[in-house]
Amino acid sequence: MQADAIFFWIFSTVLILSALAVILARNPVHSVLFLILSFVCAAGLFLLVGAEFLAMILIVVYVGAVAVLFLFVVMMLDVDFAELRQGFLQYLPIGGIIAIFVAFELGYVAVGWSRSPAAAAAASPPAPVSNTAALGRVLYTQYFFYFQGAGLILLTAMIGAIVLTLRHRVVKRQRISEQVARNPATAVELRKVPSRVGI
Amino acid sequence: MVDNDWAWAILIAAIKSVVLLVALLVFTAYILYADRKIWAAVQLRRGPNVVGPWGLLQSFADLFKFVFKEPLVPAGANKGVFLLAPLVTAVLALSAWAVIPLSDGWAIGDINVGILYLFAISSLGVYGIIMAGWASNSKYPFLSALRSAAQMVSYEVSIGFVLITVLLCAGSLNLGDIVRAQDTRLGLFGWYWLPLLPMFVIFFISALAETNRPPFDLVEAESELVAGYAVEYSATPFLLFFLGEYIAILTMCAMTTILFLGGWLSPIPFAPFTWAPGVIWFVLKATFVFFMFALVKAFVPRYRYDQLMRLGWKVFLPITLVMVVIVAGVLEATGWGAHS
Repeated sequence: MQADAIFFWIFSTVLILSALAVILARNPVHSVLFLILSFVCAAGLFLLVGAEFLAMILIVVYVGAVAVLFLFVVMMLDVDFAELRQGFLQYLPIGGIIAIFVAFELGYVAVGWSRSPAAAAAASPPAPVSNTAALGRVLYTQYFFYFQGAGLILLTAMIGAIVLTLRHRVVKRQRISEQVARNPATAVELRKVPSRVGI
Repeated sequence: MVDNDWAWAILIAAIKSVVLLVALLVFTAYILYADRKIWAAVQLRRGPNVVGPWGLLQSFADLFKFVFKEPLVPAGANKGVFLLAPLVTAVLALSAWAVIPLSDGWAIGDINVGILYLFAISSLGVYGIIMAGWASNSKYPFLSALRSAAQMVSYEVSIGFVLITVLLCAGSLNLGDIVRAQDTRLGLFGWYWLPLLPMFVIFFISALAETNRPPFDLVEAESELVAGYAVEYSATPFLLFFLGEYIAILTMCAMTTILFLGGWLSPIPFAPFTWAPGVIWFVLKATFVFFMFALVKAFVPRYRYDQLMRLGWKVFLPITLVMVVIVAGVLEATGWGAHS
């Protein structure tokens, strides 16, 4: 299991360094790229503990879709970080208080963490079933309503985002059938243009 | 010497990878040649016919040309990201081949979530283009990167749903198991292209869009964006982009073969045909899919960008969503689904 240990140290070191680089990088696009690197390393750590489904979903959803849109927005907006840093001292107290609270909570969870006896029983499935099938079985039976509830919350968020950004009420619609039905007779008008007069 | 087990495993995997890599690169060189020849034949041209007999060595001549040229980095470019982008494209495209089973048990990494791995790798392919477009610090590459990001995200959705229908039928995420699930007495009529015909067509078209092949090559549309994200690239970095693009296309061909055309299985499931090694059938099928890719490139004019988006979101997404429900319903009602 030496190989596991080596890969664990590689992934976790790169993960922490790239997570630091996300907040330290001067260029916002570099920040997003480091964020992607840290997602990939996290997926690697998932793989090492045998959670291959979670690893792949992390890459497909976060790296393949969410981070692409993130990068898209950061590139488009052309954020100027020098400008953002101007109010640093002004917001330092309130930011610091929040940081202390979060650090306290994280520390509390990390210290008080223990494995429940029920989890130990559930952790090793009796039959040799892949963790994709195991997750599916639990998600669609025992936690079915929570799962659907999470889906509904995401749907609400999506509709909310669309409604908030839809400023103009008159929506221009494209009628594909009309476009396809156009032919030279309806689309082109031939005119006799008199010389030196024009249309 | 007990500790050496994993070292041996890594060494053997490395040797396998090198063999596969060399075979894949040589195959890519001839696929490139085939692409140009087919395109030429459709337009009644000769195509490459000067280097070597029938132009067979054309791709290698191109390789040397690219390698010996001087790589240029524009003054305003973000140098690190600019040089990283082609590497990302090429490495990601090559890494997809680690899980592809060329024959029964011939995958370097026979992992349980093989199909998700391929899906993840193909969705990561867009990063090379986005990074190149941004780092070039130039207008055409940037527009190309924006187009590419939107296009990839749109067509991934329909590819994802197509994959789900195949998974429902096969009952596994393992690529080998998906091929084995298609091994019936019906031969080529038992493969998934027939029962899942609409999905097969949608997957084929989405694969064209996902790999930026014509008619969906809006990302590098010459008439609008010169060469898109590759405008500022030259020499070896450009070669890496080119290579990555074609390997990604081959990956899509291999994926089509595995999901819908029965992978390494013989089309006629009895004696003389089953004697041929599986890898031969696999390569033949993948080449056939590539032939169709090449024909589409030659025949179909380029889409408009709004048509591309409409096709992805308003046509493919509803059809695939409904098909997932139908396939799941049929499998549940008839009990054909794999109960693993």
